Amino acid sequence: MADKHTNLIVSAAPHVNAPQDTASIMRDVCIALIPAVSVAVYVFGLQALILTLVCCAACVFMEWATRRIMGRPDTTSDWSAMVTGLILALNLPVSMPYWMAVVGCFVAIVVAKQFFGGLGQNFANPAIVGRIALFIGFATQMSTWAVTPRMSSAIVNVAGADAISGPTPLGLLAKGSAVPTNLEMFLGNINGSMGEISAAALIIGGVYLVIRKVISPVIPLSFIGSVAVMSLVFGLDPIFQVCAGGVMLGAIFMATDYVTSPITNAGKVIFGIGCGVLTMLIRMYGSYPEGVSFAILFMNILVPHIDSLTKHVAFGKEKGGKK
Amino acid sequence: MSLGKHLRGAHVDHCKNTAGMPIIPMTLPERVSIPMSQHIGAPCQPVVAVGDHVKLGQLIGNTDAPMSAPIHASVSGDVVAIEQFMTQNGRVDTNIIIQADGKQEVAETVVPPVIDSRESFLKAVRDSGLVGLGGASFPMSVKYNVPEGSAEYLILNGAECEPYITVDHAAMLSYGKEMIAGMKTTMKWLGIKHGIIGIEDNKPDAIENFRKLLEGEKDIEVKALAHTYPQGAERVIIYECTGRVCAAGMLPINVGCIVSNVVSMLKLEQYFETGMPLVSKFLTVDGNLVAHPQNVEAPIGTAINEIIDFCGGTTGEVKKILLGGPMMGRAIPRDDFAILKSNNAILVFDDLFANRPDETACINCGRCVDACPMNLMPARLSRAYKDKDVDQLREYNVMTCMDCGCCAYVCPARKPLNFEFRMAKGLVQEDDKKRKEKEAKN
Repeated sequence: MADKHTNLIVSAAPHVNAPQDTASIMRDVCIALIPAVSVAVYVFGLQALILTLVCCAACVFMEWATRRIMGRPDTTSDWSAMVTGLILALNLPVSMPYWMAVVGCFVAIVVAKQFFGGLGQNFANPAIVGRIALFIGFATQMSTWAVTPRMSSAIVNVAGADAISGPTPLGLLAKGSAVPTNLEMFLGNINGSMGEISAAALIIGGVYLVIRKVISPVIPLSFIGSVAVMSLVFGLDPIFQVCAGGVMLGAIFMATDYVTSPITNAGKVIFGIGCGVLTMLIRMYGSYPEGVSFAILFMNILVPHIDSLTKHVAFGKEKGGKK
Repeated sequence: MSLGKHLRGAHVDHCKNTAGMPIIPMTLPERVSIPMSQHIGAPCQPVVAVGDHVKLGQLIGNTDAPMSAPIHASVSGDVVAIEQFMTQNGRVDTNIIIQADGKQEVAETVVPPVIDSRESFLKAVRDSGLVGLGGASFPMSVKYNVPEGSAEYLILNGAECEPYITVDHAAMLSYGKEMIAGMKTTMKWLGIKHGIIGIEDNKPDAIENFRKLLEGEKDIEVKALAHTYPQGAERVIIYECTGRVCAAGMLPINVGCIVSNVVSMLKLEQYFETGMPLVSKFLTVDGNLVAHPQNVEAPIGTAINEIIDFCGGTTGEVKKILLGGPMMGRAIPRDDFAILKSNNAILVFDDLFANRPDETACINCGRCVDACPMNLMPARLSRAYKDKDVDQLREYNVMTCMDCGCCAYVCPARKPLNFEFRMAKGLVQEDDKKRKEKEAKN
């Protein structure tokens, strides 16, 4: 008589899963940010690394603590708090006092994420909410841009040889002063928030994410593309506009946040274009020199509407036909 | 709105470890247990009694209900019991248990059928006992009994998109001629003009084999399909082969198509040639615990564990056994069930595949939307199901879901999406019923 097994595991099909899970996706985002962090450390010094580590630690701790206080299962192992910490840090000036950065982490993780139900439930990107809260709450510290010898002479000259802070390229442009060269803009020999200075490093990270199929290139391309087109419309240098400020960081790492971006490809195109157009409108007409965060936040709020506009029509169902 | 040239799907590892292996007849089991319900529709009633001697291919179960297929003895021997017990489907069924005498004497009734008209063709199809062998077990005689002139395409489904399973592939290599002959007979009597053999392009030798056999043939063509799961799903293969949209709730014949699995067609042709009805199944026996993975031919009613033993038994602690592939196959609680007409694989695993990973929160990544061949939005359906929101479930067309499992496969939050939708369809059907009752009252 054959061996009998009478107590086998029964579960619903499918019995296999694709290798990617939430934690591996979030881990890939962290890996993709390594080049940007490296450039920040190269340009701004060790202080950049310390501030980044403070933000990451604060975000992970707050995620853990909030879930614990709320009596919910721990989710720190999904790496999403780490991603928020990293992105928030990269959105700060290197001179940001630690305690203020921690306040930003609190707003991001506790208020914007956990108060709305945790990962997947937040209506806006936590890091963006954190950044905007800091921007409004600590305007001076959030717009003090350190100058180091590794930056473009256009910045160092205006600031003066021994200055501790100076205007960003967008600030220079607003004043009508000479701006850094496009190569300096692309490589990151400029000042600004820690992670946004080097378009090159951010693009390397973006390419990694696309190759790993973590993000689709639709949002970054439509975002950056529409910034470029708008620049041409306004008679500006598109390469400068695309490399300046937070466009690259925003388009590749913040606008592509799954939770707060549309689920269909058509929706992603609308979302990306909306972000790009709003960014340029704020840069041109707003009272702030930079508009990426506000543009993404605004588009985040529109996502449910974009989703319902771009709903898929099921196989065999006519558009507008019977349900 | 355009669906695009190809429907979406998932790239699942093929794991076709047994590809290229011949189909080996297994040693005769000592006894077989043959359930009376092996098709969609009315169950058969036994037409033999305990103590009867039966021969191979002899009719042992039948019914007058049109939605059915007769059942035949898969071994010669004595009927030792007719009992009610649970079969692999989880249903309690009448089982005819035959003690084999090892002689495999063929029944006198097994003679080639005389086919000279549409009616005699359809009768032969029913007498063959065939059901859709791709897994649906839809009675073949019902599928073929279409209004005259309504069928334009006969599609032979050789996609075999499920991982691990290779029996269709093996059969296509060995029995291509018979399959084509069966197609021609079917096309002749049903008045079908075009035949298409759809094969995933990960089986180039099968495609090549058919192309050679079909040289100079105008009415039948071979179509290489992308190796994306689920190319073999009926609605998908119809779309990929003809561009026609067989919507949910429609039958293939509504868009002029009849779809048959390749092995079904082979068995049909064999019935035409010899009169031997469906009494055995080709099975891929694989999984990381089977000592000698291979393709076998086993009499219907053979116990699963005996088939595994024929393949050298298992090499570790068995945690999960699947009937069918890992995408749509069913996990069974015990391994002494009998093999049915609809089975095409037995996969035996240890911890690999055994436990579903823990479910986490949906992160709205859209992978499910990008994978759904039916163009549904599984993430939204899942939310509607969680809220038990029947209107939303309808709005997002849950009834169009064909349970292929692409969404759950790609989900990084490991949500059992298609399982949720199976439950959700129940909610919608219940609600439909309530509405109808309400309308009837008014």
